[in-house]
Amino acid sequence: MSKQVVQLSRVVIRFAGDSGDGMQLAGDRFTSETAGMGNDLSTLPDFPAEIRAPAGTLPGVSAFQLHFADHDIMTPGDSPNVLVAMNPAALKANLNDVPRGADIIVNTDEFTKRNLVKVGYETNPIEDGSLEPFKVHPIALTSMTVEALKDFDISKKEAERAKNMFALGLLCWLYHRPTEGTVDFLTAKFGKKPEIMKANLRAFEAGWSYGETTEEFSIQYEISPAPMKAGTYRNMSGNLALSYGLIAASKLSGLTLFLGSYPITPASDILHELSRHKRFGVMTFQAEDEIAGVGAAIGASYGGALGVTTTSGPGVALKSEAIGLAVSLELPLLVVDVQRGGPSTGLPTKTEQSDLLQAMFGRNGEAPVPIVAPQSPSDCFYAAIEAARIAITYRTPVFLLSDGYLANGSEPWCVPDVSALAKIEPNFATELNHEAADGTMEFWPYLRDPETLARPWAVPGTAGLEHRIGGIEKADGAGTISYDADNHDKMVRLRQAKVDAVARSIPELVVDDPAGDARVLILGWGSTYGPIGAACRLVRGEGKSVAQVHLRHVNPLPSNLGTILKKYDCVILPEMNLGQLSMLLRAKYLVDIIGYNQVRGMPFKSDELAAVINDVLESM
Amino acid sequence: MTTDAFPALSLVPKADAPQSAKDFKSDQEVRWCPGCGDYAILSTVQSFLPDLGLKRENIVFVSGIGCSSRFPYYLDTFGLHSIHGRAPAIATGLATSRPDLSVWVITGDGDALSIGGNHLIHALRRNVNLKILLFNNRIYGLTKGQYSPTSERGKITKSSPQGSLDYSFNPVSLALGAEATFVARTIDSDRKHLTEVLTAAAGHEGAALVEIYQNCNIFNDNAWEPLKDSDTSDDLMMRLVHGEPIRFGKNQEKGVVRKSDGHLEVVEVAKVGLDNIISHDAHAKDPGLAFALSRLSNPRTLENTPIGVFRDITRSSYDRLMREQIAEVTADQGAGDLQTLLLGKDTWAVS
Repeated sequence: MSKQVVQLSRVVIRFAGDSGDGMQLAGDRFTSETAGMGNDLSTLPDFPAEIRAPAGTLPGVSAFQLHFADHDIMTPGDSPNVLVAMNPAALKANLNDVPRGADIIVNTDEFTKRNLVKVGYETNPIEDGSLEPFKVHPIALTSMTVEALKDFDISKKEAERAKNMFALGLLCWLYHRPTEGTVDFLTAKFGKKPEIMKANLRAFEAGWSYGETTEEFSIQYEISPAPMKAGTYRNMSGNLALSYGLIAASKLSGLTLFLGSYPITPASDILHELSRHKRFGVMTFQAEDEIAGVGAAIGASYGGALGVTTTSGPGVALKSEAIGLAVSLELPLLVVDVQRGGPSTGLPTKTEQSDLLQAMFGRNGEAPVPIVAPQSPSDCFYAAIEAARIAITYRTPVFLLSDGYLANGSEPWCVPDVSALAKIEPNFATELNHEAADGTMEFWPYLRDPETLARPWAVPGTAGLEHRIGGIEKADGAGTISYDADNHDKMVRLRQAKVDAVARSIPELVVDDPAGDARVLILGWGSTYGPIGAACRLVRGEGKSVAQVHLRHVNPLPSNLGTILKKYDCVILPEMNLGQLSMLLRAKYLVDIIGYNQVRGMPFKSDELAAVINDVLESM
Repeated sequence: MTTDAFPALSLVPKADAPQSAKDFKSDQEVRWCPGCGDYAILSTVQSFLPDLGLKRENIVFVSGIGCSSRFPYYLDTFGLHSIHGRAPAIATGLATSRPDLSVWVITGDGDALSIGGNHLIHALRRNVNLKILLFNNRIYGLTKGQYSPTSERGKITKSSPQGSLDYSFNPVSLALGAEATFVARTIDSDRKHLTEVLTAAAGHEGAALVEIYQNCNIFNDNAWEPLKDSDTSDDLMMRLVHGEPIRFGKNQEKGVVRKSDGHLEVVEVAKVGLDNIISHDAHAKDPGLAFALSRLSNPRTLENTPIGVFRDITRSSYDRLMREQIAEVTADQGAGDLQTLLLGKDTWAVS
């Protein structure tokens, strides 16, 4: 039976189920096949902090959203065109996001009286008419999976667990995705359990065949590849890109990568990933606590390695004193903060941008630290290299502010030619650098480079450069202990001037204003780049003008930012916090800023930001 | 002494010429209180370091915060004066990534056992290649005289005017409980014993904890005096020597026996006979004897205080294990290629 094929420009699919239902895996596989098709895509996993919350409950719902298109896209999509709901909890938790007319595929087997009661449904939503605004496809996913696997020598429970592959097979059919990748994947994943492997393959095929034969779906969809610049592509998630960026920085600088880290969500994947790459000489140290993680990284940096520590907000709070030490020692150090909802334990698996002020000011004394923020999952690669460049060149700790959305989200990435990546020069000190009053040469550990204000990095093992430094204030130049008031005042200003000097090495901002007549500027930093960009497209699509500029360097700020801000009648700044960058910019530039602030654990939606822009445009 | 005496330092470059204590004195004025026990330790360390025969630039002293932690400033080696309690963590990163360095940690009873207790126990259990010198004066000196984790219970200080309530730590027991592979105790004023213990620590592969009884003449004067006073020390203090019977007293009249229930007891040798006196075994795999010895002393009267090397066993150091793992993986998989890594296994081409 051949079915009608409809061309679509873009689709947003959300897989939702119990955290044990394998929704992240189904989502990952669909993403992989979609990437291989050449669509542009963006993904958003959303999972609970609990590993296995009680089955069938709302807190246990795990979801994976994928947006893919035949054109360049910037976000994981505002609302799904298709929701796959594996149980009543998944339906209830996600229904509010589903627009009228969207498709909902429900696993009817799970809509038992007991499961309905668990989430507070008094009647079955599939039968009571409450889903009338949607195109509902009631499918007995579990029992059809079990039926398809009845000849396999596996338990009923094992058969039921393959239902995610049945659902994946169905979706792959519906959207014309290739299947080879998933077949290879399952073959490799269950290589040691051949019966389970065959069962999963069978479930996947059964889902596909069901789509082809059932009357339930009369239409199949096609989404053509998106035009992209020529190159070799792969799908890339934020934490993976960040890990690779650190390895690349190690290669580019010739420094051993030393990671001191303590497990914490959502940063642990970087520790996991780097510990797999010992063949690059990477040293990973799982410390006894957050403080030891950063301490060991500082010790490694003191010895001439690229010291890195990875964490999330609560971990940064613990590391603060040690980061201050690195400010005082003026040693390279990378502090990777994959931000999550706070304060305290907050929302470990949800995204937020609320550590900006902690990164800026969360230390005793005047302790300035450069801050770099990646703007998309794959950009974490370049942002990590940039943070390492600043740390090594300026002998300073640098914050790399990623977040939960970037960490777990993914997008296609045009793999760079590594020979085109700029080298980072550590410039270790090897010579005596100062002439004493009696004419002999000596080593001054705080004699600065006049351009960068960086001090010499003299590592142990360098003959003649033995010196003692610490967290006590040091004499300008000589680096010996100094309690002198004027000297302290000078050193505080020098450390600030050194961080400010980083601005001379970063590119000026370029405003995106295709019409050239915008009066409203929308500004952002970090992971809001995608939603803001998509919102600008929506607004411009209506024939209106809005300018966009995005900060990758949050401290120091690019040198032309002040001029840009003053050029516009209105500046809008959306942040996933209560206005932290707004506060900094108002203080620095005396420019009013319209903040748009949400801390809902999820990235902004582009239509919501478009509405914010439109409101401002209308008020002018 | 030749450098062959220190196989554990085989990866650290050797000095081209003999050195003297003077080579290890920095140009910084020493600023401890006159009469502080730290002077004696500094002088002994400066005299002992030439024995190692290492290039000065390959020796690093890392410290935390406290009076003792000023130590690195006075040695003409590389030195890092860090933050309170964190020296073992910082030194772990340094020692792990730089096997060509001889890394020493200088700490005190407050620094190592209060704020830094966690880092100390983990550095010990991992057997990181650090020589940790714990100056124990049973008081907070730099903050002017509060009781410390090794202060005897009931101690009257500024922060405990009615007497401290805390039970104290025994640093040797703690280190043994933390799986330390080398644990020793010595005394600031006993230059010969201190040198012997430092020499043994330097020759040990991995973490060495050396507790040094040190006098703070300002805030806790004479805390260890009974062990230093020649009238009383012989009766109170036993010197542990590997392989030798554990005897002490003015006339070696006291000795240590193991009772039928396993615990140790100090007895008169004449009453039990020399054959029943146990011998010290610092190399025993099981830390039981070392631990039992550490429990003999009375923290208040200092009776039955052992000094010397309690434990010294062979176990691969953390940095060695890390290097070996990296070498194994590299031999197995080949050196990493960045371009191959970035491409991964699942790519598609757009032309």
